[in-house]
Amino acid sequence: MTEDNVKDALREVRLALLEADVNFKVVKDFIENVRLKAVGTEVLTSLSPGQQIVRIVHDELVAIMGGGEDNSLDLAAKPPVAIMMVGLQGAGKTTTCGKLGNLLKKQKRRPLLVPADVYRPAAIEQLKTVGRQLGLEVFNSTADQKPVDICNSALRFAELNGYDVVIMDTAGRHQIDDFLMDELAEIKNTVQPREILFVADAMTGQEAVNVAGGFNDRLDISGVVLTKLDGDAKGGAALSIKAVIGKPVKFVGLGEKLDALEVFHADRLVSRILGMGDVLTLVEKAQAVFDEKETALLQSKMKKNQFDLEDFLAQMQQIKKMGSMESIMGMIPGMGKMMKQMKGAQPSENEIKRIEAIIRSMTPGERANHSIINGSRRLRISKGSGTSVQEVNQLLKRFTEAQKMIKQLQKLGPKGLMKGLGGLGKGMMPFG
Amino acid sequence: MEQKETKGFFRGLLNKLTGVEAADERLTPVETTSETLTPEQPAPSPPPAATSATVEKPSFFERLKSGLRKTKDGLVGRIDALVLGKKEIDADTLEELEEILITSDIGVKTTVELIRTLEQKMGRNELKDGEALRAALKEEILSRLIAQHRPLDINSRKLFVMLVIGVNGVGKTTTIGKLASRFTADGKKVLLAAADTFRAAAAEQLEAWGHRSGVDVIRHKEGADPSAVVFDACKAAVARNVDILIVDTAGRLHTKVNLMEEMKKIRRVISREIPEAPHETLLVVDAATGQNALSQARLFKEAAGVTGLALTKLDGTAKGGIVVAVSHEFALPVRYIGVGESIDDLRDFDPQEFTDALFQA
Ligand SMILES: Nc1nc2c(ncn2[C@@H]2O[C@H](COP(=O)(O)OP(=O)(O)OP(=O)(O)O)[C@@H](O)[C@H]2O)c(=O)[nH]1
Ligand SMILES: Nc1nc2c(ncn2[C@@H]2O[C@H](COP(=O)(O)OP(=O)(O)O)[C@@H](O)[C@H]2O)c(=O)[nH]1
Ligand SMILES: [Mg+2]
Ligand SMILES: [Mg+2]
Repeated sequence: MTEDNVKDALREVRLALLEADVNFKVVKDFIENVRLKAVGTEVLTSLSPGQQIVRIVHDELVAIMGGGEDNSLDLAAKPPVAIMMVGLQGAGKTTTCGKLGNLLKKQKRRPLLVPADVYRPAAIEQLKTVGRQLGLEVFNSTADQKPVDICNSALRFAELNGYDVVIMDTAGRHQIDDFLMDELAEIKNTVQPREILFVADAMTGQEAVNVAGGFNDRLDISGVVLTKLDGDAKGGAALSIKAVIGKPVKFVGLGEKLDALEVFHADRLVSRILGMGDVLTLVEKAQAVFDEKETALLQSKMKKNQFDLEDFLAQMQQIKKMGSMESIMGMIPGMGKMMKQMKGAQPSENEIKRIEAIIRSMTPGERANHSIINGSRRLRISKGSGTSVQEVNQLLKRFTEAQKMIKQLQKLGPKGLMKGLGGLGKGMMPFG
Repeated sequence: MEQKETKGFFRGLLNKLTGVEAADERLTPVETTSETLTPEQPAPSPPPAATSATVEKPSFFERLKSGLRKTKDGLVGRIDALVLGKKEIDADTLEELEEILITSDIGVKTTVELIRTLEQKMGRNELKDGEALRAALKEEILSRLIAQHRPLDINSRKLFVMLVIGVNGVGKTTTIGKLASRFTADGKKVLLAAADTFRAAAAEQLEAWGHRSGVDVIRHKEGADPSAVVFDACKAAVARNVDILIVDTAGRLHTKVNLMEEMKKIRRVISREIPEAPHETLLVVDAATGQNALSQARLFKEAAGVTGLALTKLDGTAKGGIVVAVSHEFALPVRYIGVGESIDDLRDFDPQEFTDALFQA
């Protein structure tokens, strides 16, 4: 790949990342990395340079996000194991306490929820209500207590009463609030939590790195929970946080209801973060359409020499499906050209309908073996489908050509088959 | 411009493809227990900032400045580094400037506009050096904020109704608590409506705030219909001869169709009970929010006719730069800023002060 096709593609990627709130320094480093990786790589036969860069970008981001790494909750300690939620005001800490407790309860644990936010009005009442809704025990604290005392006595209470996990809710605070950060550090020293989860709002902008960095510097957090991903925020903040402070995202919040907590999947977030991630998903979808379903089927059919008119019809419909994605795919660097090729190949709604009518007017035997379709059969089919004999003839001719072409492509293996499908479509157009 | 269309298109298409629009998760009624039906009045805890840091907390101005310092470091600091000593400003410089603006959360569209204007000035040889560029940029940002600036006049009506909306956790309830205190201090009779019937203990939270400034709160039990709360509140406001009714609503993500419908219904009830109300629909935005604030503003404005913004949590290090874009793109004045968790940590928005603080050396 050359500097040029890499540059164009990366400009798009850069913008996509910035618009997804990925920190600008992170974006800068990342783009440079991908540039180095991409320039000079051999262009794979199966992918256009643009596609290939998108692929590299995707894979690199997944790697940064810790795809494949262990991001499970660490409860491997002598019970009761303490978990502490920390973060900015309104990030979703209290809700996440409830969600996590609910999750652990389902895993046959006995969690105790601990309200240690003595500052926000009705914060304790909020966690108590959440606990009631979930049927979880909530430690009895009051707003005139010291948070560190609450956490400490909750831990002892858990020990005495057989709770094996203690989930502590703390008040929201800014990382520059020394008084309140000292308070968290004191709680940490006193209860020695196994997990300190930094709760981050998916809508956070460029400041996410500084905030998470501030919490991590004081508390050495163990993981991140990304909340409110059920909206349309891209959640680039999580990428920045992971890239800069290196702590894994463990969970994502996907709603206000108390079961809306999921284990984090790096690849899903990456697809979301890439503004083109939406597109990427579509590319992958398109590939899947051809790859998995069609290619595998076609291949096995071709091996057995079974590609028949039924498959032909299905193929035509797949190409039409691709067509509807044309405009989007055209926006991926390098994909535009491929889509232009496809454009001529796209059957119109009407054409598809007629092809369908013709093929549906055939008997199963005819569909499986077109060579038996003689003159009188052709007449019958054209009448049955409301088309002309000429159209039936044309279709059969195109089909024979397509069969030949598929045989050739098949020799190239699955990648060649995919690549050739655009051209195949063209060859298959009966009413060009 | 193309960018925006593309985005909307992607979103629409993606939603179609993935069926992203989730069913309304609040349709399942929240479990209520007898305890939630008769909640105990929570002991009004002292405002957090007062407890935690009365002594060491610097003055508001210092706090605002230091809060904005990060913005400045980010924005002006980088521009300074960029143009320092450069007698000529070239296209490369502008390109970098563009990046700086985007990454200060100002938003892509506004950034592109700002850069275009600066480019034109450059073309007319109006920008000779870095200092001129910096001044021009400041002027551009300030003039955008000033163009939208309209302080809220609550005296314009006998009964002024304010509807407060926004996504989850941005500071709606807190801002209302602060407003109630301020209006009360101005000699107004204030009434609050606890129309967040969804979030656990939301009404208790608002009651605690009401308690702090001796203001009544109209509430129902958790899980009740928020429109019913608002209906009662409107009736009460008229009957009690109140000057200002402020309606607190549940946080909702702007992409949730059902929740947006619920909000429209609240609005309809208000308009039906009190002609021309709500007189202000205040969208609360968290200063730490990134590009998503644009989407929030767009959809909330469409659904609820937002008329003003409140920018909260400016006492942290977050830049709040996105407000420049939101205000400009949606023609919305910033009415208030939140600078802390205490009852008096609310300020009128002042474009000059905001921009000065952004650009302060
Ligand atoms: N849509 C959505 N809302 C969420 C999610 N997580 C939390 N929320 C909402 O966000 C708001 C704030 O959540 P809380 O759990 O009170 O946040 P917190 O961090 O404890 O807030 P403070 O204690 O005030 O600092 C509430 O309205 C929650 O219902 C999520 O994943 N999706
Ligand atoms: N530091 C700071 N915290 C704020 C500000 N406004 C609100 N908060 C906090 O943000 C959190 C969410 O506020 P809340 O009013 O409950 O948000 P709501 O869900 O939108 O009603 C609470 O912890 C508030 O104390 C502000 O201006 N500065
Ligand atoms: Mg909380
Ligand atoms: Mg609220």
